[in-house]
Amino acid sequence: MSTDAILSPDRRQVPALGAFNLTMLGIEVRRILRNRRAVVFTLIMPVVLYLIIGTNSDYSGRREGSGNISAYILISMAAYGAVLAATSGGAMVATERALGWSRQLRLTPLSPVAYIAVKALVSLALGLGSVLAVNLVGVLNGKAEMPTHVWIAAGLIAWLGSIVFGAFGLFMGYLLPSENVMQVLGPVLAGLAALGGLWFPIKPHTVLGHISACTPIYGLANLARWPLYGGAPHVVWILNLVGWLAVFVAGAAWRMSKDTARV
Amino acid sequence: MTSSATESTGLGQAAAQSAVSLVGVTKDFGAVHAVQGIDLTIEPGEVVAFLGPNGAGKTTTIDMMLGLSLPTTGTARILGLQPREAIARGLVSAVMQTGGLLKDLTVRETVAYTASLFAHARPVDEVLADAGIKAIADRRVEKCSGGEQQRLRFAMALLSDPALLLLDEPTTGMDVEGRRTFWSTIRADAEKGRTVLFATHYLEEADQYADRIVLISHGRIVADGSGAEIKALASGRTVRATLPDADTAALSALGGVDSVEVRGDSVLVHAKDSDVVARYLLTETTARDLEITAQGLEEAFLNLTGDVEGEDQ
Repeated sequence: MSTDAILSPDRRQVPALGAFNLTMLGIEVRRILRNRRAVVFTLIMPVVLYLIIGTNSDYSGRREGSGNISAYILISMAAYGAVLAATSGGAMVATERALGWSRQLRLTPLSPVAYIAVKALVSLALGLGSVLAVNLVGVLNGKAEMPTHVWIAAGLIAWLGSIVFGAFGLFMGYLLPSENVMQVLGPVLAGLAALGGLWFPIKPHTVLGHISACTPIYGLANLARWPLYGGAPHVVWILNLVGWLAVFVAGAAWRMSKDTARV
Repeated sequence: MTSSATESTGLGQAAAQSAVSLVGVTKDFGAVHAVQGIDLTIEPGEVVAFLGPNGAGKTTTIDMMLGLSLPTTGTARILGLQPREAIARGLVSAVMQTGGLLKDLTVRETVAYTASLFAHARPVDEVLADAGIKAIADRRVEKCSGGEQQRLRFAMALLSDPALLLLDEPTTGMDVEGRRTFWSTIRADAEKGRTVLFATHYLEEADQYADRIVLISHGRIVADGSGAEIKALASGRTVRATLPDADTAALSALGGVDSVEVRGDSVLVHAKDSDVVARYLLTETTARDLEITAQGLEEAFLNLTGDVEGEDQ
């Protein structure tokens, strides 16, 4: 660029797409892959859990819906990985705000929408990586059996349904603004996954079943495993997922609005 | 020499607009009136110091110039544009005290990330070299010293080749040598037509490096002029003498006396013309042990900003 545009307002342009660009996206992806904790939590742990729980020959081969128990556990672990990825993606936004990076970015042409879009894409990419890792190991391992369309549908639902937890991570990140918010959220998510029925099946119409149906992972867990059984999805599952999405989005928006003075 | 010819064309176009124009700007935070009405025009190429004690409203005013917050009343324009519009075009940039860095990025990644956000940005390697951080380009930000991080912030601010650069307490934490290098870079930039506004609470720094000092206290501009003019405003000497039961009214009535203070048996008179006071004390009164001291820069500064505090109360 020649120097003649430097001081002339008329010749300076506003970047397209609110400054969304691939350089920035690439750096963000590299950044998350360098984060050992994120990689262990989202890419390795669900795979290890599947291999431990899902391949036990005592029960893994038993029929379950159109597949077997191993397939049921594989879908659960893929959903767990996707939830972890989405949550850490959301929490990252709040952490960056606490660090003052968001304020630094406000001195550039980057629009808030483009920023959120990049963060959402990065955590979706990480979530996709997590789902693919579990499924790839499942295919190679050979214990899980289900029709191909169930593999694909369950994987897609687990991946996209986890977006709800991006809002959860954002909300929690604002409530607990620290760089290590995931150290707190990791155990919280493990507990919610147990209550939501990802670790072990929870019988419906029991006290635990009713409690489970009110927790945030319940809807996603059941929707992700739904292709294994076919038929119509339960209204409660959808209500659970949409309801918690509304709670997390409202919570994040409430914390954000309380916080504007600092940005 | 085409580039210098076109550069001056660019400068000419920009000169049609003030770099900064604040008209009747106020900012309230609830019941706190942080900025109580500021009118300020800065012309392109000026190096202006925003001088005032902590809490005077400097940062709040700079925030409004950047569109980080909106004035409660009044308008802020940067090169004739809304502040956010000027930022979107890369015309204004800033190094703020609160701006954070991502610790897990390298220095080069941080600059490349920022550069990617502008429609026009200088080449990353060139900016790294200019800021003196090319050698540490592959180092993680968390491994950089405070001074290196500050230089990185400058590199980021200069990426878009801004017409206006806002600096909030830029040399905090720098050593003497760092300060000198920093200011010679800033001065060289200003000679090319870049407007620089820096906030500081060091009168020394404002006096040495700015063409113009805007003194701000309690959310108002209390003085605006060259370093020499600002110092002249609060110039004068203090005459101290032992004089029980001093006639303060008579002393105050002398020409050029700013204030009279009685401390026990001593009287302290701040005056522009100390000779008149000394002559009066020695010839018309029983004063003894007379001392005359000149005001330092810091004292002048405190006098100017302190006076306003008195008016407010």
